Order: sequence, then structure tokens, then C-alpha cells
Amino acid sequence: MVKVTQRLGGLVLRFAAFCAALGAVIAMVTSRERSSFFVLSLVAKYSDLAAFKYFVIANAIVSVYSFLVLFLPKESLLWKFVVVLDLMVTMLLTSSLSAAVAVAQVGKRGNANAGWLPICGQVPRFCDQITGALIAGLVALILYVFLLIFSIHSVVDPFLLRKS
Amino acid sequence: MAVAKLVLAATSGKSSKILLGLRVLAFLATLSAAIVMGLNKETKTFVVGNVGNTPIKATFTAKFQHTPAFVYFVVANAMVSFHNLLMIALQLFGGKTELTGFRLLSVAILDMLNVTLISAAANAAAFMAEVGKNGNKHARWDKICDRFATYCDHGAGALIAAFTGVVLMLIISAVSISRLVQPNKCSISTTAATPSVVP
Repeated sequence: MVKVTQRLGGLVLRFAAFCAALGAVIAMVTSRERSSFFVLSLVAKYSDLAAFKYFVIANAIVSVYSFLVLFLPKESLLWKFVVVLDLMVTMLLTSSLSAAVAVAQVGKRGNANAGWLPICGQVPRFCDQITGALIAGLVALILYVFLLIFSIHSVVDPFLLRKS
Repeated sequence: MAVAKLVLAATSGKSSKILLGLRVLAFLATLSAAIVMGLNKETKTFVVGNVGNTPIKATFTAKFQHTPAFVYFVVANAMVSFHNLLMIALQLFGGKTELTGFRLLSVAILDMLNVTLISAAANAAAFMAEVGKNGNKHARWDKICDRFATYCDHGAGALIAAFTGVVLMLIISAVSISRLVQPNKCSISTTAATPSVVP
């Protein structure tokens, strides 16, 4: 009975992480806004900034990985490998999120010392959608940290509870 | 019996010596990254205009505190190097403390947390440095590396050291997790170190 609820909990967590990562990718890819500034017309897309491209790629990899692991059968010996892959995926998520947040913060507040003006005043809807994508990425990261601890608990048996 | 075997495996010579060496390297890498970025500062005087014949000069400073990503970089590297120092001290001077189940698990979890911390810090600083080096013509942000070359070079050195630290911390974390594995699936050192026990 404990095993069934454990497996169900793991599946639910992984499905939620898959949804969050996929939502982050979709929100960032569909953010595109055109603003006109006198005669100049500025189009803001996510691919203008390298950090956002990395964020989209990393979250796409994570969502594909979670989708595939959802279908791994319970008795497979690959679950030990899944622990290592979960750690690497968590690292990927946190690095992409922190890079995107660092660059988005410059876009929102600017950097007075370097002479960089904030761009959120001219493209507010773009900024809001980027913020939503970053929040979804944060949710995916938190869920993956729980999944990592959960995988270690159920696969590696660190408290030596099973006698074998 | 299983606990005794796990303790034997965890304190066995080969894997703990490798771990100690890796931790010393990671400590040095992250400490040097924190110090080099923390002391990163460059002051330059530029000519901004001309009043008649005399040029007007203005002094500009590039400091690491201007960019929040670099501040986070320094703090995170300092924290990870402190963690490695603690683990080295525990291994060298806490010789008689047995690494029972919960302590081994907490070492592994702390290693994993530090891996994520340092990878986030190194990556955020790398992308901010890329914006500073190349600028961004869509957002109309000028590059600053052509004017503050020494600042950029020191920052690049700190970033290289931090990425070395990331790779080393990942290997350390993998070794710590593998020491949690059950003793009958562990490495060859258990067979050599198991004392003969009358069943």
C-alpha cells in the first residue's frame, strides 16, 4: 500500500513539473510585441536575448525528459539512472532560470552605471509574459527539487530501511 | 551488520581520498572565483566633451557591485567554498565520528544543494557578462568591454574558475550519492575490508 501511494505521488509530481516546464516554454515563445516610438518601430521577441533562448531550450529539454520518465515501468533497473538524470536536470533548470532572471532584471530596471535603459516601459505586455514564464520556470524548479529528494528516498534507500 | 558494512564502505581509503582531493580542488576554484570577482574594479577617465579648446574629463568606475548578478556570484562562491572547507575539516579532523545513515545523507543533500547554487551563480554571471561584452542592439544596450578591458578580463577569469568549480562540485555530488548505495552493490573495497565474522 505504501508502495502504491509512493509511486502515485512520484507520478503526480512529475506530471506537474512537466506541465510547469511546458507552460514556461509556451509563455516565453509566444511573447512578442511591437511598439512604435515616433517613427521607429521596435519589435521585442524572446530571441533577442541569449539568456531567454537558453531558458526556452533548457525548459524544453526538461519537459521532454519528464514526459518520457512518466512512462518508465516500475520494475525497470533504470530508476537508479533516473536519480542522476534528475540531479542534472535540476542543475539545468536552476541555471537557466537564474540567467533569465538576471537579464530580465536589467530589462526592467536598467543599469544606470552602464548606461542601459530599461525596456519594460515601452513593451509592457512582453514584460508581463516574460515574468509569467519565469514564474512557471520557478514552479518547475521547486517541483524538481522535491522530485530529486523523492527519487533518492525511494530508489537509494538512504536510511537502510529495507533488509536485503 | 548492514550499518557496519556501510560505515566501512564510506570510510574506506580509496573513495574518501579521491573525495578529499576533489574537495580541495573545488574549494580552491570557488575561493579564487569569489576573490577575483570581489576585487574587480576599474577606474578610467574619459574625455566627454570640449569647451572651446580645453577637453572636459569625467571619471567612470566599473565595479562588480553595479551588477546584481555579480554580487550573487561572489556570495554564492563564498558559500560553496565555505561548505567545501567544512567538509574537508570534517574529513581530516573528525576521524572518529562514524558516518552513520543520517550523516551520510545530509552530506549528500548538502552537496546537491551546493551544486545547484553554484551552477545558478556561474550561469547568471556568464549571461550578464555576455550582454556586457557584446551589447544588445535590440534593446539598445552598449557594450562596455571595449572601454573597460581589464574589468572584463578579470571577470572572465573568475567565470572560468567558477565553471571549473561547477564541474568539480557535480563530480563530488555524484561520488557522495554513490556512497549512499547499499553495501552489497558497492565497490571492491568492502570485500577487502570486511572482517571475518563467525555467522
